[in-house]
Formats: sequence, C-alpha cells, structure tokens
Amino acid sequence: MINKLKLTTFVAAGAIALGAMAAVPANAADSLTVVSWGGAYTKSQVEAYHKPFTKKTGVEILSENYSGGLAEIKAQVEAGSVKWDIVDVELSDAVRGCDEGLLEPIDASILPPAPDGTPATKDFIDGAITDCAVASIVWSTIYAYDKSKFSGDMPKTIGDFFDLKKFPGKRGMRKTPKANLEMALAADGVPTSEIYDVLATDAGVDRAFAKLDTIKDSVVWWEAGAQPPQLLADGEVLMTTAYNGRIFNAIAAEKKSFDIVWDAQVFDTDLFVVVKGAPNKKTAMDFIAFATDTQRLADQAKWISYGPARKSSAPLIGKHAEAGIPMGPHMPTAPENFKTAIQNDFEFWADRQDELNNRFNSWLAN
Amino acid sequence: MSEQLTTVDGRPLKAALASAERTKRIRAVLLVMPLFIFIFFSFLYPIALMLYRSVENPLIAQHMPETVAVLENWDGKDIPGEEAFAALAKDLVAARETREIGKVATRLNFETPGLRSVITGSARSAGKWEPPYKEKFLDRRKEWGELATWATIKRLSPTITSVNYLAAVDRQFNVDGEVVMVGEDYRIYVDLFMRTMWMSVVVTVSCLILGFPIAYMLASLPLRHSNLLMILVLLPFWTSLLVRTTSWIVLLQTQGVLNDLMVWVGIIDNAQRIQLIFNAQGTVIAMTQILLPFMVLPLYSVMKTIPPSYLRAAESLGAHRFLAFWRIYVPNTLPGVGAGCLLVFILAIGYYITPALVGGQDGQMISNMIAFHMQKSLNWGLAAALGGILLVGVIMLYWLYNKLVGIDRLKLG
Repeated sequence: MINKLKLTTFVAAGAIALGAMAAVPANAADSLTVVSWGGAYTKSQVEAYHKPFTKKTGVEILSENYSGGLAEIKAQVEAGSVKWDIVDVELSDAVRGCDEGLLEPIDASILPPAPDGTPATKDFIDGAITDCAVASIVWSTIYAYDKSKFSGDMPKTIGDFFDLKKFPGKRGMRKTPKANLEMALAADGVPTSEIYDVLATDAGVDRAFAKLDTIKDSVVWWEAGAQPPQLLADGEVLMTTAYNGRIFNAIAAEKKSFDIVWDAQVFDTDLFVVVKGAPNKKTAMDFIAFATDTQRLADQAKWISYGPARKSSAPLIGKHAEAGIPMGPHMPTAPENFKTAIQNDFEFWADRQDELNNRFNSWLAN
Repeated sequence: MSEQLTTVDGRPLKAALASAERTKRIRAVLLVMPLFIFIFFSFLYPIALMLYRSVENPLIAQHMPETVAVLENWDGKDIPGEEAFAALAKDLVAARETREIGKVATRLNFETPGLRSVITGSARSAGKWEPPYKEKFLDRRKEWGELATWATIKRLSPTITSVNYLAAVDRQFNVDGEVVMVGEDYRIYVDLFMRTMWMSVVVTVSCLILGFPIAYMLASLPLRHSNLLMILVLLPFWTSLLVRTTSWIVLLQTQGVLNDLMVWVGIIDNAQRIQLIFNAQGTVIAMTQILLPFMVLPLYSVMKTIPPSYLRAAESLGAHRFLAFWRIYVPNTLPGVGAGCLLVFILAIGYYITPALVGGQDGQMISNMIAFHMQKSLNWGLAAALGGILLVGVIMLYWLYNKLVGIDRLKLG
C-alpha cells in the first residue's frame, strides 16, 4: 500500500515536472519577449507596434519592463539561458553591448525604405542605425514644473533650475551623472555646443560638480522614469528633471498642470536590439523591421511625445490618440524646443562613465 | 585468556557491532545528503565562484597574447618600441574579428578611464594599416604615447589580479607600480564600509533598547496575554519587507502622514516640513523596525527559560528589586542578547532593499554599491571584491563572538 502510494506520488511529481518543461517551448514558438521601460512608454509601443504585429503575424508578444542597463542581458548571455528577444536600450548601451558581443548584429537591409523610396539608411536620422541596433525614437531629458505651484514668475531657463534664491524648493534629478553634468554646465553659462569640450577636461568636470553642489542639499534623487511626474504631483519637489514623454503623458492623459522647460534639453535615441542567442531571433528581426517602418514610428508619436527616428515619419505625426492634442509642438525635435538642445555624446559617456559614476557616487555620499 | 565474544550465529561481536554502526552511519549520511548537496550548490559553490571572480582576470592575457608577451620584458621607463606596436596591431585586429574587443576595452577602461575608445578606435583603424605601426598608433590616439596606457596593459596581463580588492579600498597602482590612494574626489568605499558598520551598530543598539523590554514583557506576562502580544510581534515579521518599507515612506515623507499631523497640530509650519526619510535617519528608522523581531525572538526564548525563582531568591536574600534584576536576571539573558545582536548586525550589514528605497543620498550602504556594480557599471570583479570584504568582515565577527561568548551559548530559540 505504502509503496504504491510512493510510486503514484513519484509519477505525479515527474509528470508535473515534465509538463512544466514541455509548456515553455510550446509557447515560445509563436511568441516574442519584448523588454522596455514600462509605463506610458511601453503603452505607446504596445499600441503602435505590438498590437498591429500580433494582428498581422499572429505572434503573441510578451511585454516585460526593466530600468535600463546591460546587467540582465549580460547575465542571460553569460549563463547561456536567454529569455529576452528584443530590448529597448539607450545608445551608449547599444554600442557597448555590441562591442562586448552581447547583442546580435542587425542587417540594415531588412529595414523597409520610406514611402517615397528613400532607402532606410538615408531615411533614419544620423546615428540611428548601428551594427547591432535600430533606433525608434528620439527622447529627451528636460526639466518640468507644476504651474499651479507658481504665482508670478515661471522658470524659463536651465539657470532657473539651479537658482534656489529665485525659486526656493526641492529639485528632482536622476541619480546618475549623465545629463546632470551637462545641464549643470549649461546653467553655469557654457554654450550648449561646447558642453562636451568643457566636460572632457578635469576643470570642466570640477566646474559641473561645483554647480551641482549649489543645489545638492535640495535634491531628491529618482531612478525610474515614472518617479518624476509622481514627485511633481505629490508636491515633493518644485521642479524635476524627467523624460519629456513622461511629463507629456501626465499633461495629456492625467490632465496635470505641468509644463516643460526645453532649454538645454539633453536628447538621445532609444534603440531596439536583439539579445545574442535570443530564442526567437528570426521573429525578432521581423518585428524590428515592422516596428521601425515610417507609419509605425509615426503611430507611436500619437501615444507619447517622443520624436520618430525616421525623417519620413515627421509629416505623418497627428494628434494624441486620446487627448486630441496636436503632437508636433511637444516633440523634442520641434524647432521651437530644439534651439539649445544638447545631443548626448555616447562616445564620451562610454569612455568616462565608470570614472564619472565613481566620482558622482563619492560626491553623493559625502 | 577469555574466549572471544560471539553473536548467536557465531560472528565476533565486535565485527557485528561495527557493521551495524556502519549501516546506521551510512543511513545518516544518506539522509543528510540532499541537504548537503543543496547547500553546496546553492551556497558554497556560488560563494566560491564569487570569490574567484574577484581575482580572476583572463581577458587581457587571452585576447592580447602577443602584446602581453612583448611587454613581459618591458622595463616601464620608456614607451615600448615598434615590436610592441606590431604585436598590439595584430592583437587588436584579431580581437575585433572575434568581437571580443569590447570586453578588453571595458576591462582596461575600469582601470584607466578613457582607454575604451582608444582601444576600440585603434582596433577599427589597425586593420587597414601596414607596418611600421608605431607612428600610426601615435597619430590615431595620443594615449599610446603615454606610459600609463602601457603600464595598465602590463599590470592587467596576469590572469590573477589584486586590482579589484585595491579598488574596493579606494586604492590603485600608479604608473610606477606603487599602491596609492585614488584621488580625493573618487574615494568612496572605505567611508562607505565605515558608514555601513556604524549604521548597523546604531540599528543593533536601537533594536536592543526597543526589543529588550518587549521580550521581557512577553516572557513575564501570563500565557493568555503574551500570546496575543506575540502575534503583534510576528505580524510585521510575516509582512513583506517591501510593504513595510513603503509604509515608512508614506508615513515619513515630507508630504506624509507624520508631517501632515505635525502641521495640523501646529508643531511646525507648513513651509518647514521635516525631512525624515530619504536620508541616513530614515534608513535607520525603517531598518530598526524591520529587524526588531530578530532581536525580540531570541531574547524571548532565553528569558522564557530563566526560572522566576532566581529573582525571588535574590529578593528574599535582601537584594533590591532593581539590583536583583540587574545582577541576576540580565546576566542570564546574555546568550539571547548576544544571539539577537549578532543576528541583527549581520542582517543589517548586508541590507539592500531598505537603504535603496529610503536611503536617499547619505543613507546608502555598501550593498547598494555592490548592486550598482552588478547592475549598472557591470564591473562584476569589483562587486565580487566588495562582497568578499563584507564576507570576511562577517566571518571575523562570528569568530570574535565565539572567542568572547562562545558559539555554543548562542541561543536562537
């Protein structure tokens, strides 16, 4: 009796284990794991890319969130068990990941041409196609404030963000030297075209940290993109740096009285990459070709105010899908917003980020 | 001489006993085996792997073999000659073809910032060059004319390295190969280790001060009441760490419950809300509350075993209540105090999530830095070295406790 019971249990346990093992590949064949930054941004991708792709091909897309960086990708590749197919990364990570062999090379010839026949390599903005990555959007780090908390003067320049006398109150900033050092120098009077020349010198780095020092005690540090709109809404900070799309979403979808200051915005691209050894590599390449065509990129701009990486998408940008606001003026690349824009120099950051992160962490702790 | 004792079936008794014992031992070993295997693979092996990662350095030797061989005889006084540049060109081109160049560049960049683009940029060009190479390298990037660049490559040639441990205590090699402190603006880990120690001590002492009376009350109340109170101790213990940490944010933030209450009562003005969280103080408050059960439970279990008759005997012999408590009761609780303090301190020293969420800028601990190097900078070697130092610290603490109190007196329940 007891033996029989044991045997039954054993067989049952084995069956469950086998079932669990069998379940994974059964799904994997017609699904794709796409990893992105979450919140309003992921929603815009789901609406503009995932749903149409599933409709067209029947491939189910599993959407996962992460908060940037190459750590998870590196861990998966080194452990030899890759779960992610496509990841939405920043430019510096795309270049570094490619150099370190963590990403699959992408053949640019799979990308469809623009509707007027311009080949994809000419249609994308400069630097949008690299060996292992294809850009989808141009995004920007800006600073924003809540209009309802101000009476009289509103902040207008990057200098105002660092001016505690004129606008006393807490500031929110991303917990990283990236973009903060650039903005600090701009606020200190460095012309936006010369930021990286100055930052390349030790004196320039000192100058940027000295400027950050002036507001250090009033800074609340954030890490995830969803935090800054929350900090503003809660009144925890008076102004905060943020990704422009998140602030726009709070204005358009949540009817917040936020406003964006575009002076010295630091813009960058977000790119799709395929993880080395991705379980669905072929489908992943198909997805990237599909998602970065002219119409799809323009569609994404209906959901969030990030600029499409193709020039041919710009004329197709319409109104916000839910709020009905014209999206053009809210793009980082709109001429009115773009006058003092700083392009993130990925070569600079790839070289200096370890050193500057160290210095930044040391500065934070003391 | 007495005859040898035998069992009924004629075997020598000694042998029969030994075989019976052996069967028992084998059975015991077999019973423990699953746990042992589990602990080996889930605990010992990963730790060994981590310690190995903190000293291993295969990349340079593996992907720049020619350069490493040439540099072996380099005296480090002048820029190496054409031979070294030719070897470098060969290595860079080969490493670029195998797509390993980025790893090499990243490794060198951890040591000498800026080398990443020097390596990847030169590797891109080197494929098109013909000998002699020296001029072309120097034209491409001026860093090839600097001793520091070559010293870095030479220093990272051995497959076992100490640079991660040096970096973990804010030190590095200079061009001459001497160990020096890193620049003032870049020092962080020594201070952070100190702060981690200090904050853990504060948390441990706070837990003891708050936990001792609770444990005493639990141990001395009648069972009916103490059971109810015990649930109050255990309820937060069973609640998710994240939930408790987030609750503290809700309570303590500047627009939070406590500040609102103080403004409403009129203790402080609306404009002068107090920053209670996102700093070291917030970390200590939240960690103390979270770790409190780890102090209360060992204390309680020890106090429960102290017979009340001891105190009564002391009092009947003329001791004052407080004297009796202090001289008789407290010394008896020491194994529990030791266990609680050791437990709380060891847990506190490696704490990660709570400081990450409520630590702000000055409430971060060393584990947050380890996480940073695991997740953001991808300098796993340095992360492993920091973890290794933390591990040695905890083991030393354990050893100290054993010397002072004796590990056999440790009572966890």
